[in-house]
Amino acid sequence: MELTGAEIFVRCLQDEGVETIFGYPGGAVLHIYDALYKQNEIAHVLVRHEQGAVHAAEGYAKSTNRTGVALVTSGPGATNAVTGIADAYMDSVPLVVFTGQVPTALIGNDAFQEVDTVGITRPCVKHNFLVKDVKDLAMTIKKAFYIASTGRPGPVVVDIPKDVTADKAEYFYPDTVELRSYRPTRSGHLRQIRRAVDLLLGARKPVMYTGGGVVLGNGASALYELTKRLNFPITNTLMGLGGFPATDPQFLGMLGMHGTYEANMAMHYADLVIAIGARFDDRVTGNIEKFCPDAKIIHVDVDPASISKNVKVDVPIVGMVEPVLQSLLTELEERDEQPDAEALKEWWARIEDWRAHDCLHYEHNDEVIKPQFVVETLYQVTAGDAYITSDVGQHQMFAAQFYKFDKPLRWINSGGLGTMGFGLPSAMGVQFAHPQDTVACITGEGSIQMNIQELATCRQYGLPIKVVNLNNRFLGMVRQWQEFFYSGRYAMSYMDSLPDFVKLAEAYGHVGMRIEKPGDVEPALREAFAMKDRLVFMDFLTDQQENVYPMIPAGAGQNEMILV
Amino acid sequence: MRHIISILMENEAGALSRVAGLFSARGYNIESLSVAPTDDPSLSRMTLVTRGSQEIVEQITKQLNKLIDVVKLLDLTEHKHIERGMVLVKVQADNSNRDHIKHMSDIFRAQIIDVTRTAYTIELTGTGQKLDAFLDALSPVPIIEVVRSGSMGIASGEVSLKI
Ligand SMILES: Cc1ncc(C[n+]2csc(CCOP(=O)(O)OP(=O)(O)O)c2C)c(N)n1
Repeated sequence: MELTGAEIFVRCLQDEGVETIFGYPGGAVLHIYDALYKQNEIAHVLVRHEQGAVHAAEGYAKSTNRTGVALVTSGPGATNAVTGIADAYMDSVPLVVFTGQVPTALIGNDAFQEVDTVGITRPCVKHNFLVKDVKDLAMTIKKAFYIASTGRPGPVVVDIPKDVTADKAEYFYPDTVELRSYRPTRSGHLRQIRRAVDLLLGARKPVMYTGGGVVLGNGASALYELTKRLNFPITNTLMGLGGFPATDPQFLGMLGMHGTYEANMAMHYADLVIAIGARFDDRVTGNIEKFCPDAKIIHVDVDPASISKNVKVDVPIVGMVEPVLQSLLTELEERDEQPDAEALKEWWARIEDWRAHDCLHYEHNDEVIKPQFVVETLYQVTAGDAYITSDVGQHQMFAAQFYKFDKPLRWINSGGLGTMGFGLPSAMGVQFAHPQDTVACITGEGSIQMNIQELATCRQYGLPIKVVNLNNRFLGMVRQWQEFFYSGRYAMSYMDSLPDFVKLAEAYGHVGMRIEKPGDVEPALREAFAMKDRLVFMDFLTDQQENVYPMIPAGAGQNEMILV
Repeated sequence: MRHIISILMENEAGALSRVAGLFSARGYNIESLSVAPTDDPSLSRMTLVTRGSQEIVEQITKQLNKLIDVVKLLDLTEHKHIERGMVLVKVQADNSNRDHIKHMSDIFRAQIIDVTRTAYTIELTGTGQKLDAFLDALSPVPIIEVVRSGSMGIASGEVSLKI
């Protein structure tokens, strides 16, 4: 039987196993919305801004490792989605974003609500498609899901002109698809695995540096096994948090610009760095000239282009993190040798000295609320077991430093693009994926206002997200840089005319709380988290002058951190 | 160093802009580019000439390989290869210089492919150097216009870029 393009679209998503999509309607996608209306298998979540739809889909994907799906209309719908798409691209999030397009006959005519979506998104997608014929629709959707979710994951945009959704074709959805031009590597090259194991066994001052690839590649348990087997210290990138249990004594904390002293010093003085699913981002390496001067580097990554891009590596291993870690374990098992225990003991002693600096220490205060204290208390109140999303700024760094993630897929933030406005909509996606679990969004008064309209979406779907607003009345991260590097000239970083967040939350139909005293932090959090079926917006008035420490200033090496 | 990269890619709308976009987004330079469908109409073949250090060219080939439309590529510079480009040059021809034009064309094995009362159009293929040398050798004949193709390349003998 022939189906319309819109019906085919819906059938494809059903056959792909999609349960939830996030979207916003408009002229070009009305046929699709009509087809969605006539079925019950796929739930459509109506957001309040297309950026929110894409971030929600990201939250869904980042907390499940399943592909997130968003649907938006042509023109402004598509352009509003671009920030989310770019965000997903930077953080390798598997997404398929469907955009409506003007009818094929009008393409190129500056038609109403026409933009060149394929052109605009090209630099920030893994791949994109314009479907010109309804006969190609199902196959294109299959390819889109396949490309988005395999290899190094990423967003794929499928642009569908309106007439294609009305035209008819036979429906056929293939189970699998093969592309001659796209064959991601799975397992690592055996010779490289052996060379890597040689280095592992010979190391005297090793450190494991692991990133988002471990989380995305379901590699956490294999990583745990390897790290335990070797007794090596391990640090995670911002994206990699949860890839190794943060409460484990071998964990040195996050590395990089606002990472811990011990993690950065260990990197700097290491003789072997084992990078796994991490990409030597400039926020991690600091000044690349001064990076890991004495270390040999092993780099495991599914994306060959990430290897030796910023830093020349000694043993490149291209492959999926999980199977590569398994191969390393097997090879170690066969060799049945141990790294030099004496050397490791000395190395651990040095690390403990660095650790003794207690670099995350902050002065507790009875008068003003320290943002770190809120995150620490949040960690206790949620027993370390919540899904935490974050916006971008100081609060994001405090969250990364003070919430100890023991499990992967629990820490959802915008790392690569650093998108303010990510926190709330991504929390919606997480809550949809995990309706029974606790979801909190750590944010700042600047970031939250970038997608505050999504409070209405939360209301509509009864999402009991807990918003933890660390309100310092400043674009804190900007203020910090202005304090350090612009002699305290606080250009445009003071947040004037803030709304009354309590009333605002209430206006949206939620519970609002203002917390002004350190003594009220814990009771307020307990009260909020006890309200299982309500969104609670907690507005914590925090210390306006607090800075994120420690810090590697721009141009410095990892051993040149500013401590408090 | 100069590198000649041969690329086989899906003959899809937009494939060329993905390559061009990659070069501008990542700040690589393109010295020349030529592209056309192959004997298999589902594939296009592109020859791209670029300059960069070993590390940069390695990144370029990795990034190109990462494009979903790129099926396969070969850095011809790593193999024995043949490179050709083509030039069409229109010159002012009058009684005083026709012999010189003909003479130079013969020496370079170029062909005069269009003749009018006032102009000759000459066609020549060869390496970039040979084309440059020919244009030099034409002087003092006034050149009206020059059209050059990008380079095309093919590896010699056993090595080939095919699927
Ligand atoms: C969309 C966007 N615009 C601008 C920035 C630059 N920026 C980075 S952090 C920051 C301040 C964030 O302020 P707030 O959300 O209040 O958090 P705080 O740093 O105070 O914790 C800004 C403006 C950004 N990351 N994203």
